[in-house]
Amino acid sequence: MAVIVHEDFQFIVQGITGREALNFTRECLQYGSKIIGGVTPGKGGREVYGVPVYDTVREITETQRVDGTIITVPLAFAPDAAYEAIDAGIKEVVIITEGIPRKDASAVVEYAALHGARVIGPNCLGVIVPDVCRFGSLGGPAVDCRKAFKPGVVGVMSRSGGMTTEICNALTLSGLGVSTAISIGGDPVIGSTYVDLIPLFEADEDTKAVVIYAEPGGTAEAELARWTQENNSRLPIVAFVAGRFMDEMPGMSFGHAGTVVNKKVDSPADKMRRMREAGISVAEEIGDIPNLVRERIGN
Amino acid sequence: MAMFIRVDVDNSIVEKTPGLAGKLVEVCPVKIFKLASKANAVEVVENNVDECTLCDLCTQASPQGVQVIKLYE
Amino acid sequence: MRFYEFEAKQLLKKHRIPLVQSELAQTADEAQKLAADIGGPVILKPQAIAPGVAAASMREASDPAGAKAAAAELLGLDDGGRKPNGILVEARPTGEAVYSLSFTYDGTSKRPVVAAADMAGKIDDLGDTHPERIVRRHFSSLYPFSDYIAKELAKSLALEGNDLKRMTRIVSGLARLFLDYDLADLDVTSLVKLGDGNFVVLDVEADLEIEARHRQRPMLDELGFAKEDLRQVREPTEFELEGARIDEEDPRGIISPIAEFDGNIGLVIGAGGGSLTLTDAVRKHGGRPANYAAIGGNPSVDKARRLTKLVLTKPGVDKIAVMSNVVSNTRADLVARGVIKGITELGFEPADKILIFRVPGAWEADAAKILKKYGVEYCDRTVSISEAARRAVEKVG
Repeated sequence: MAVIVHEDFQFIVQGITGREALNFTRECLQYGSKIIGGVTPGKGGREVYGVPVYDTVREITETQRVDGTIITVPLAFAPDAAYEAIDAGIKEVVIITEGIPRKDASAVVEYAALHGARVIGPNCLGVIVPDVCRFGSLGGPAVDCRKAFKPGVVGVMSRSGGMTTEICNALTLSGLGVSTAISIGGDPVIGSTYVDLIPLFEADEDTKAVVIYAEPGGTAEAELARWTQENNSRLPIVAFVAGRFMDEMPGMSFGHAGTVVNKKVDSPADKMRRMREAGISVAEEIGDIPNLVRERIGN
Repeated sequence: MAMFIRVDVDNSIVEKTPGLAGKLVEVCPVKIFKLASKANAVEVVENNVDECTLCDLCTQASPQGVQVIKLYE
Repeated sequence: MRFYEFEAKQLLKKHRIPLVQSELAQTADEAQKLAADIGGPVILKPQAIAPGVAAASMREASDPAGAKAAAAELLGLDDGGRKPNGILVEARPTGEAVYSLSFTYDGTSKRPVVAAADMAGKIDDLGDTHPERIVRRHFSSLYPFSDYIAKELAKSLALEGNDLKRMTRIVSGLARLFLDYDLADLDVTSLVKLGDGNFVVLDVEADLEIEARHRQRPMLDELGFAKEDLRQVREPTEFELEGARIDEEDPRGIISPIAEFDGNIGLVIGAGGGSLTLTDAVRKHGGRPANYAAIGGNPSVDKARRLTKLVLTKPGVDKIAVMSNVVSNTRADLVARGVIKGITELGFEPADKILIFRVPGAWEADAAKILKKYGVEYCDRTVSISEAARRAVEKVG
């Protein structure tokens, strides 16, 4: 079992000839992922590390099954790339591009919902099921990626791409390992929040606990706390909340676009209080996460 | 100048394959190559050499004509 | 990016939202004259950005002389290192009823939402004290705004007849303005129904989505926004402005945000989440960061080089800590190249200037080789973020 991706998961990369996409396309291929095509307008007919490049998404979907797409095109073209993928029938859309205004992100997510597609991101690094499929940019080159992500029992959701790997690395070093890790994105409007995704982990028999990485800004943590109280989940949750220093600096934005303390619910202190009240364990340091997970799953 | 990477180009090999010079310019994600004034040849843009991401696309395009050397090894 | 209230009101006026009589004064004498023109008691609002300053400093004046005295005092306020950008002098009609409206994006439903209450105030605060007085309607940023949504909202405020129609027009106009101008938040904290049945907006706060500032340039030009004016809560320092320039000039990777603090540990840290975690860790171990500078999205060697030089030449900074979460897309080797290049260009030995280099992950084997060549110890992934921060704090003394 795995969440979102699986062993035969086939995907494409939109913007495949860019500096970043070249990097992670090669890394995914080394890792064993099935990238069956790439799209860069005007560069159709080329090849990147053996992956054929097309001008349009439909050229690929007309002849092959495409389960997902990674969008890493420049920001002005990102919503258009997402609409193209959704209209071509792709159901799992990861948007790596950073800096998309929330109005556009909101429109893309609404369009996806109308067409039965799921958006992960924007401003994320994608999904990985260790040793099964890497769908995105998590972990770096295969050799480095394997050090951070070993198969195991903990599901991870993180508003920070970088901290996804940091936390998974800690879980891997501790021997607990990772079932599925999802970098959900750091923007104020993202396609899939903790509450949208946690039922997938709930249904995944490999997952025994969930770890989330949280930041100042937004209501996602409060929603998760409410979900935990309202649903009799079998999964213990451990949370880490970064940016505590920001409680002293209202109105200033650090980290991601969605990271700002303007309202009470934005504050790390408020998030920690709500989550603790809902029975979620809150870790003081990244290094404490594995032990808290062990305590909770009785291992 | 470049402290970490050196890119050596043998234009006598590059010029034997029509279109190769243009391909080198096109594949490099950090613009290390530019077309030389001489036909079918490239020049190395020294300012961009340390930006090399070791993507191997240039050496794949011309295994004999281009060498990328890590100066820290 | 926060608008001054007088700017927000210009936008509302353009969209034909009824406003209370309101003029901007740049001097105390102007304020006196405007108060005399309005006649009767007036409200004076300093135009400020720093959180709470504007709201905490509103003054009421019963006559023009009082307005002059209040304006003189308000013009001297500190707005995060700036002076207020003038004083709004406004009439203060009393009404039969008062409402508040708030437009924002709901991260849970991922859609824009409008909330309303039949009392004045910020909807966020009213949510704590009077949750039962608040009504909400979601709308769409995919489809054009349709007036019936505003009508439904007005109906759920128990409005009828002309009140319902007037409120529908105001909410529809504000919703379109909110979408058209890429606002992140729009709060009308006081909307009054006058004795003659008309509604007027008294107080409004508006924030532009910072990521949309480039495509909203025509509107910002019209309001007289300078290009580099990001409306931070305090005036940006030269260090912060230079950091922003370095970021703008090279689209490869991101070194934003960058902020200046008054400590002594120079930080080159990555990325969004890692930088938050690392800043917390440095402070937890008693360290005093000299700056905040998140690097992510795989910055170019040149960007890392320029950032390193900026941080290392900041007065009071002798050494830098280069730390990150386990990196995925950002490459440890490219960061190492940039940092070492920056230090050597300043004429220093990398080993003398780097407190710690903890950037495990993508391309770490190459990063370790680069650092070894320059005599710098490379910390691998077995050194935790907290331990790395502790070592940096200990070394800086």
